[in-house]
Amino acid sequence: MTPFTTVVGPAAPLMRDNVDTDVIIRIERLTSLGRNELGPYALEALRLRADGSEDPGFVLNQPPFRGAPILLAGSNFGCGSSREGAVWALMGLDVRCVIAPSFGDIFFSNCFQNGLLPIRLPAPTVERLAAACAGGAPVTVDLQQCVLRTPDNSTVPFTVDALRREGLLKGLDDIGLTLQHDDAIRTWQREDRIRRPWAWPAAALERP
Amino acid sequence: MAGRTLFDKLWDAHVVRDLGDGWALLHIDRHLMHDLGGGPGFAEIAARGLELHDPGLTFATPDHAVSSQPGRVATTFPLGGRLHAALRDGAKSAGVQFFDLGAPGQGIVHVMAPELGIVLPGLSVVCTDSHTCTNGGIGALAFGIGSSESVHVLATQTLRQQKPRRMRIRCEGTLASGVTAKDLALHIIGRLGAAAGVGHAVEFAGPAIEALEVEARLTLCNLAVELGARFGLVAPDERTIAWVAGRPWAPEGAAFEAAAAYWRKLTTDPDAVFDSEETIDASQVAPTVTWGTSPEHAIAIDAAVPDPATLGPRAQEGAAALAYMGLQPNAPIAGTPVDWVFIGSCANSRLSDLRAAAQIARGRKVASGVKAWVVPGSEIVKRAAEAEGLHRLFTEAGFEWREPGCSMCVAANGEQVPPGQRSVSTSNRNFVGRQGPGARTHLASPAVAAAAAIAGCIIDPRALR
Repeated sequence: MTPFTTVVGPAAPLMRDNVDTDVIIRIERLTSLGRNELGPYALEALRLRADGSEDPGFVLNQPPFRGAPILLAGSNFGCGSSREGAVWALMGLDVRCVIAPSFGDIFFSNCFQNGLLPIRLPAPTVERLAAACAGGAPVTVDLQQCVLRTPDNSTVPFTVDALRREGLLKGLDDIGLTLQHDDAIRTWQREDRIRRPWAWPAAALERP
Repeated sequence: MAGRTLFDKLWDAHVVRDLGDGWALLHIDRHLMHDLGGGPGFAEIAARGLELHDPGLTFATPDHAVSSQPGRVATTFPLGGRLHAALRDGAKSAGVQFFDLGAPGQGIVHVMAPELGIVLPGLSVVCTDSHTCTNGGIGALAFGIGSSESVHVLATQTLRQQKPRRMRIRCEGTLASGVTAKDLALHIIGRLGAAAGVGHAVEFAGPAIEALEVEARLTLCNLAVELGARFGLVAPDERTIAWVAGRPWAPEGAAFEAAAAYWRKLTTDPDAVFDSEETIDASQVAPTVTWGTSPEHAIAIDAAVPDPATLGPRAQEGAAALAYMGLQPNAPIAGTPVDWVFIGSCANSRLSDLRAAAQIARGRKVASGVKAWVVPGSEIVKRAAEAEGLHRLFTEAGFEWREPGCSMCVAANGEQVPPGQRSVSTSNRNFVGRQGPGARTHLASPAVAAAAAIAGCIIDPRALR
């Protein structure tokens, strides 16, 4: 996983609620393309017109925000389908940070698995940021200090869960960390077979 | 000590280790895999030199990217054929139970897993699909995950999770005759909004829930994620226990009795406190349909499409939704002409759903110009429906009777509503482009969908009874 420390760049305002993962990446793109090929199709229902040409009215097609690494969004960003491809697609557009009042729960988890930082801030704060960033001047997202520095030289603190912050800063792999607890997992399983024998299907019981 | 909620009890029973800061290492009792993410998941395990921790706790079946065309095989939809082969081969070499096309057990994961007794009350269940919350309808701790988390489960049989807040939605009163769990779900989402459950596990409770059949509870919990919640729950009761008994993978005899004794304790204590509570009057729920591009855009079937100007800060979003849907403000939703009807999906493809649709279709004809599909949720549902003669009833009325899978809900298999055409669908998402680019989807119950097919427009099914 790509570590995340500090990201600097324009913050594109996509200020609408309930941007779902179907809109972030269409399902056919996931069945036909690899995870590194999705960027050109991210947000295509919004970014492209029916004939496949870019819609100049869409914020990410406008010069200051093309390739912006930060996205400002409305509430419940990434709701809907669990598809992790939504995160891969945004990263394919070079987005590394999304700031919104709230996120779809599964999308939020998926972000941390891939080095994309989702930041929750109150809606008025996100709206104030959108106004301050409207010209496309760069914003700094500093995960070490957990602070945003905006073009008008103000700072906005944010919080990220400690475990997840550490994982992002180091690009840590959860599987390796969890397997350090494998003795505890196997002990729990042995005890559970006695506690809830009915929870263990025969095929699993037969295994050593 | 304060009482615990159903969710607390389910959560606590699966904590292998407290990781601090609200994090827990949770044991995963059942891992369901489907054709979209399954093959790549197995491939990643192999590429990283990892082994499956407990292959006997993982179950796989193709559903998303398989054709539902009668007589289909895996390669009928070639892209899906590749995903099918990867899932089948990955499952085989990992020692994972695989339910192949045409075999009893194949179907939409959230239909086949409880139907087979693979999912049971009290178990923790995950799948790379947001509608895994469906399984909460029988009192399982079931939630959707991403593909990285799925690989984590394959390798460790656990997940690192932060406990969500607890929310209860009490449904008082009784649903009126002809009003279903799907109508109740859409009504709740319309009332509370698509983000009301974000960060929460939602328990549905109250007399209207206790009165629901088990399959209806699965439908209700299926839509918990459209409320923003990763978990939906209904406490298991005697109805649940009777429903589970005798299913192929369910425990038998003394083991079943021990399980049932455990399941009877899975209720919220009277003195338990929720982080938030809502109350819904079920007697006020009418057949409900969506008018826009979020499940929260739901109205009673006899209501008018809202005027975006009345939606306050949501005016712009409402106007965009109306423009996409090709609808006029203040027009009655009933009478809107439809081109497509889709009866299926993990929301509404169980035998009870097909019976409800068949009751409307019986002896009638699909309106000319309407294409209407019935896609059973699993091979077992399909065979049971055929044994009752439902398939003939549908085909005689002009519906197509198809093979089990996700089909036109997710449109991952080339089965799409053409651009600009209007569909009444028993699925759970009316997002922009969900049923195909430019497709206009109205979510509804099986009875509403069947009635729309017959009338050629959105209509209250109670008018056809």
